[in-house]
Amino acid sequence: MALIVVLLIVQIWLLSASLESYLAGHTGAVLPAAIFSGLIFSGCLALNFFVKRVDEDSRR
Amino acid sequence: MRLFHSPSKEPLWKDEFSVFTSDERYVTRRQFTKFLTLASLGMFVGNLWILAKVRFTKTPAFPTVEVADISEIPVRGVKLFTYPTAQDHCIMIRTSEEEYVGYSQKCTHLSCAVYYSAKNDCLECPCHQGFFSVKDGSVLQGPPPRPLPQITLERHGAKLLAVGVKGSSTARWHLSSCCSSSRSGC
Repeated sequence: MALIVVLLIVQIWLLSASLESYLAGHTGAVLPAAIFSGLIFSGCLALNFFVKRVDEDSRR
Repeated sequence: MRLFHSPSKEPLWKDEFSVFTSDERYVTRRQFTKFLTLASLGMFVGNLWILAKVRFTKTPAFPTVEVADISEIPVRGVKLFTYPTAQDHCIMIRTSEEEYVGYSQKCTHLSCAVYYSAKNDCLECPCHQGFFSVKDGSVLQGPPPRPLPQITLERHGAKLLAVGVKGSSTARWHLSSCCSSSRSGC
């Protein structure tokens, strides 16, 4: 869960930075930011499934 | 309400649909992890939204509006005007004999009106002491996060026309003395 929180903090920073650069008229960083955000979301999803599997295993 | 559950021997559905009201409010770590993952999805969607805005937003067509006569403004003089709509207040400064610059008057911090300080030769926001460069509208000092939007000016004869708005360009429009409009980069 701590890992997901860390990833989420990075993603919040990424979103605010890309929004800031977009509003400032710099659009070069928007595509890489979206790609990295997608990767971080994939990581969160993978961790979520991992936690779910561990939780279910421990109940058996 | 218990904050921590020890691993339950009960089936999962019994844990999630408890008969006890107090347990219904209990958010398990797994539920919280789901919530965090959903928040992550939200951030990703936000980034995609910005990307879509960049890709699919067309450059707006700005009107051409007469701002002033050349003779109307002295060197280091100021003229206030509105562009592109009547609600968008702008400021034009004659920085030298043949040079004019125009900016949105709205501070990029909290939208106070900026004014020209001839003493310091910069644009000042009186609300929170933000300072912008007259040359390119960039932030010199203070809390504003972005440069001032720059108004594109063209000279046609003795008339100065506003023809567009640049988000945060560092370009500086230099008006030559000839009749046709001419631009030179910063």
